[in-house]
Amino acid sequence: MLKKTFEGFVDYIQVLDEFGTVDKSLLPEDVTDSMILEMYKSMSKARALDAKALSLQRQGRIFTYPPLLGEEASQVGSAMAFRRGDIIVPNYRQHAVFMLRGLPLDRWFVSLRGFEDGAAINGAKDTPVSVPIGTHLPHAVGLAYAEKYKKSGNVVVSYIGDGGTSEGDFYEALNFAGVFKVPLVIIIVNNQWAISVPRRRQSAAQTLAQKAFAAGLKGVQVDGNDVVGMYKVVKDALSAAANNEPTVIECITYRLSMHTTADDPTKYRTDGEVKEWEAKEPLIRVRRYLTSRNLWDDSKEKDMQEEFKKEIDEALAKAEAFKPDPKSIFEHIYSFMPEVLKEEQDAAIAAGFWLDTSSHE
Amino acid sequence: MQMNMVAAINNALSQCMEESDRVVLLGEDIGKDGGVFRVTDGLQAKFGENRVIDTPLAESSILGMSIGMALGGLRPVPEIQFAGFMFLGFSQLINHAARYRSRTRSTKPVPMVVRTPVSGGVRTLEHHSDSPEAYYSHIGGLVVVEPSNPYDAKGLLIKSLHMEDPILFLEPTKIYRLFKQDVPDEMYEVPIGKASKVSDGAQLSVITYGTMVPLVKSVVQKKGVSADILDLRTINPLDESAILETARKTGRVLIVHEAELSFGVGAEVAARIAEKAMYDLSAPIMRVASPSLPYPFPGYEQYYVPNELKISQAIDKLLSA
Repeated sequence: MLKKTFEGFVDYIQVLDEFGTVDKSLLPEDVTDSMILEMYKSMSKARALDAKALSLQRQGRIFTYPPLLGEEASQVGSAMAFRRGDIIVPNYRQHAVFMLRGLPLDRWFVSLRGFEDGAAINGAKDTPVSVPIGTHLPHAVGLAYAEKYKKSGNVVVSYIGDGGTSEGDFYEALNFAGVFKVPLVIIIVNNQWAISVPRRRQSAAQTLAQKAFAAGLKGVQVDGNDVVGMYKVVKDALSAAANNEPTVIECITYRLSMHTTADDPTKYRTDGEVKEWEAKEPLIRVRRYLTSRNLWDDSKEKDMQEEFKKEIDEALAKAEAFKPDPKSIFEHIYSFMPEVLKEEQDAAIAAGFWLDTSSHE
Repeated sequence: MQMNMVAAINNALSQCMEESDRVVLLGEDIGKDGGVFRVTDGLQAKFGENRVIDTPLAESSILGMSIGMALGGLRPVPEIQFAGFMFLGFSQLINHAARYRSRTRSTKPVPMVVRTPVSGGVRTLEHHSDSPEAYYSHIGGLVVVEPSNPYDAKGLLIKSLHMEDPILFLEPTKIYRLFKQDVPDEMYEVPIGKASKVSDGAQLSVITYGTMVPLVKSVVQKKGVSADILDLRTINPLDESAILETARKTGRVLIVHEAELSFGVGAEVAARIAEKAMYDLSAPIMRVASPSLPYPFPGYEQYYVPNELKISQAIDKLLSA
């Protein structure tokens, strides 16, 4: 006997193309011009914030920073689709998601300046930056299980890169999500490069979205540089997830900048490739669209940028005024203070942490 | 009621699940099967499939999912079928469970109790007899507990489930059904971070835990020596006061554990005594442990694990020093 036991396909969705033309058949009903304007402003703010962070790192005022340049649409489009109560489990490049989720910018800067205190947000359900690749996805599954268990109706959304889909935890998490039918959306930000390794060296699979099928989940591809397309796909996935049908979304985008400020992409990729993607970057098409609708012009752009600068500078000043408390590193390890750890803390405090008095306040 | 350790742990889990519907168990074969050692027997029938969860076979995600559940307000109790398989989930414990509290300045603690059987002496296949407590005790932020009897097992587990920390709860396979003990029916707590004085004596101190506790007791009894026996119960954080107190009292210290000698828990205990009670000692500190090599196949087990004679000779040497 011979019979087909599985057949699958991956849809690719684009609503707003690189020329600023909208595919009306796919445009969600709730997406108005004013919402697209809002998306544009958020993406612009994310870009301004990103440029500021990069410059601060070069001045030694923050530590290593992973830029988001080129990935504004995947972050803003998805974040605008979230509902109140949904829980976000990011990796380390979702700065615009944090911004739209209401993380105060000064706290974001405090984190980048190397203090855990930036992520200390009482009552926040979103999780902080997670660095080891892919290891946060099982947490997203557990959080989603907890929401389902509590019958909250909330959905958990997690982000991972193209490189992250090679990790065991990625496959395990998809598999668990399928078995437990949890309210979960996984967004693969396929930005073509995992530091220096190109997408084709991560997997021979034609799409990363199809990895969902192995776990019994839905998989879909979207133009990750199309903020409206991202919004649509994530919104649909949230509805499905609320009915306990998890979805994997692969958004096709490009990391226009470096992996982190410690990376030099000229070592492994050509200018020609970068130029090709620059033409397709997410802001140009939205500005074209808004200009064609007489909703945007140079003077509005100038005013907006000035406003961003003011807000960012204020947040930075607040973050730079933050006074870290060195003894606090001992105080958030256990729910109690072990005698042996207290002794180490006391010794450190008594010795001024063995720092030179000229550098120790 | 007279209970062995398996029954005592099952009883603690059941009472904690009755006490709070936030307590959920997850792991491989823990549902209908009741776990390969039957520790969770009957709990799925009592509490349902969404509270006693049979998971797919993936240790990293059993632990990673538990972290997410804890962040989501539940109190997960993941079971890893054997400690030898937990290394696949080591990253989740060291990178996340132990660090979430500090990463978020205590705004997101991860209360979870990871249960797993440890140590050998029961002739199991490779990877089923490991004593990995030292690896985990090196991780700040992770509490490591190892009871040596049914009474402590119940009380320590209940206490663990009442805490806001990630706790590794190591269950010595050999002791699971070794003996019964009177275990109170009601809920009670045994404190975390406190060693227990098993016997009082004057000639020497034996500091031990887990599988070695009953063995040390029997050797000391047979030899008729007067020994302080200290059962650590919690390995991290270490009960340094109790260790120093007994060391100062008898001046002769023997540390006994089943895990490999080199870089083991014994080294940490010995170092603390050397730093703080050196001049109260009448003899050099001694250690009895398994040789510094991987746990062999079951056919060679009796040549590896510390036994009565090895401990007895060490005691003789220590007393004559």
